[in-house]
Amino acid sequence: MTQNEQKSPNSVIEVENLVTHYGDRKILNGITLDVHEGEIMVIMGGSGSGKSTLLRHLMALETKTSGTMRILGRDIDKLSALEFVELRKKLGVAFQGGALFSSLTVGENVMLPLYEHTDLEWSTMEIMARMKLQVVELGGFEDLTPAELSGGMIKRAAFARAIIMDPKILFCDEPSAGLDPAVASALDDLILNLREAMGMTIVVVTHELESAFKIADRITVLDRGDILMVGTVEEVRSSSNERIYNLLNRVPEDDTMDPDEYLARLTGEKFEAGSRPL
Amino acid sequence: MESTTPKSAIGRFFDKVGRTTVAGIEEVGNGGVMVAESLYWLFFGYRMKQPVRLNAVIQQMMDIGISAIPIIALLGGSISVTLAIQGIYTLRIFGAESHVTAGLAFIVVREFAPMITGILVAGRSGSALAARIGTMKINQEIDALKVMGVSPIRFLVAPPLIAMLIMVPCLTMMSNVVGLYLAGIYINVELGISLAAYLDQIIDILTIDDVLHGLGKSVIYAIEIAVIGVVNGASVEGGAEGVGKATTRSVVQAISAIIVTAMVVVILSTL
Repeated sequence: MTQNEQKSPNSVIEVENLVTHYGDRKILNGITLDVHEGEIMVIMGGSGSGKSTLLRHLMALETKTSGTMRILGRDIDKLSALEFVELRKKLGVAFQGGALFSSLTVGENVMLPLYEHTDLEWSTMEIMARMKLQVVELGGFEDLTPAELSGGMIKRAAFARAIIMDPKILFCDEPSAGLDPAVASALDDLILNLREAMGMTIVVVTHELESAFKIADRITVLDRGDILMVGTVEEVRSSSNERIYNLLNRVPEDDTMDPDEYLARLTGEKFEAGSRPL
Repeated sequence: MESTTPKSAIGRFFDKVGRTTVAGIEEVGNGGVMVAESLYWLFFGYRMKQPVRLNAVIQQMMDIGISAIPIIALLGGSISVTLAIQGIYTLRIFGAESHVTAGLAFIVVREFAPMITGILVAGRSGSALAARIGTMKINQEIDALKVMGVSPIRFLVAPPLIAMLIMVPCLTMMSNVVGLYLAGIYINVELGISLAAYLDQIIDILTIDDVLHGLGKSVIYAIEIAVIGVVNGASVEGGAEGVGKATTRSVVQAISAIIVTAMVVVILSTL
């Protein structure tokens, strides 16, 4: 399937020729990608492939060098500040580390978007927060602080906060990273259940192959800032692309790279032999 | 892409000086933008349906102001008594120790009370602000606010800035009263001047301008402490070590800014 063929009228995220730099270093080399309504799109790639940067762009947390991005049909470059806030209310994000506010209880963390964006009574917000915590199987934990939760519970609480406003799109950054296989599998089930129950579009960034194959409708494989492939799980699994094969079969990258070349790739600067910083 | 780093030692030195200067100017600019944005959210936040929360400001006022009362009273009083002791010792050389009240009143109200208050608030609250914002940044909590459609400036910066603008002058005024009162007790014991006579002298000597001079400086210090704390917190990189460095840097920069500002203002006011 080519990228042009992916375009469909029900795309909720449309990215065209997205280029971004960190300083002199080019991170994304003209990414073009569509995410369809109601699907789970997994963005996969090795370390340094640009998948987290792409996710931060999709969440409008980074400034791009060039390209266009439409989210829920709106060009994010053409939104006023107020329209931008309105758009963000329709997006939910579960960060890798949870990003819960340590000074608030779990319940208050989950309620925060409601508190900031609605005029609901406190008691109503408490009920809604409790309901969302039950969805993520954290019912009864609302009065604990994030410091009193395990890693898996923090991620679940982050999911509860991300879905409190019933978003149209849910972004998940490495949901199973750092968790034991059983907890990671439970979180995968949670993602599938959320899509089933709430019908939202979900974009997941992960490098966990098992998790990706379990939850994905389609997978985008990134490598060094380029899209290697967009396809279904089976299409990705049967790909003949060498780099995808290496990624799926955990073949390590060539580690005989010249140190100058490695440093240049890392920093975007060219170092001559003997001029490298110690 | 070709490296732009000069090869020679002199070239690298000037390169570093230039980059540091640009970074410094950038930080000052960021600070100015944060103050402007905080004021925008304070006055126009309701238009965006995101007002600065009064309870957040009150919480900050408690942390920055009320909790600091004992330590500021203790240090403000100690400095004033020390000044009274040194003043009497010096003026006794000329047989003019009874005039100690004049010098003491001016220096406490115009200089020392705002400066000591500013330094203590910088050490207590400026550093806490830098650490809090830095920790929130590395934990992606600031990103979380942004994606929720909540302005981090409105949520994190405006409340402490407003609280400092209110509480630092209040603490300065308290330091004036406590310091002058404790110094009065010492003068009463040492020179036999009654507290009533001492108070009369203070009222005769000090003008409203003197008090406003000190309070005006405390307002400038409040802005400096908040901005330096936030800018350093927001620039944190590298995890817990970065937070530690930013906290230390914010205290050093805030105290330096306070002392330099005190000197600049006093020079300008005597021109």
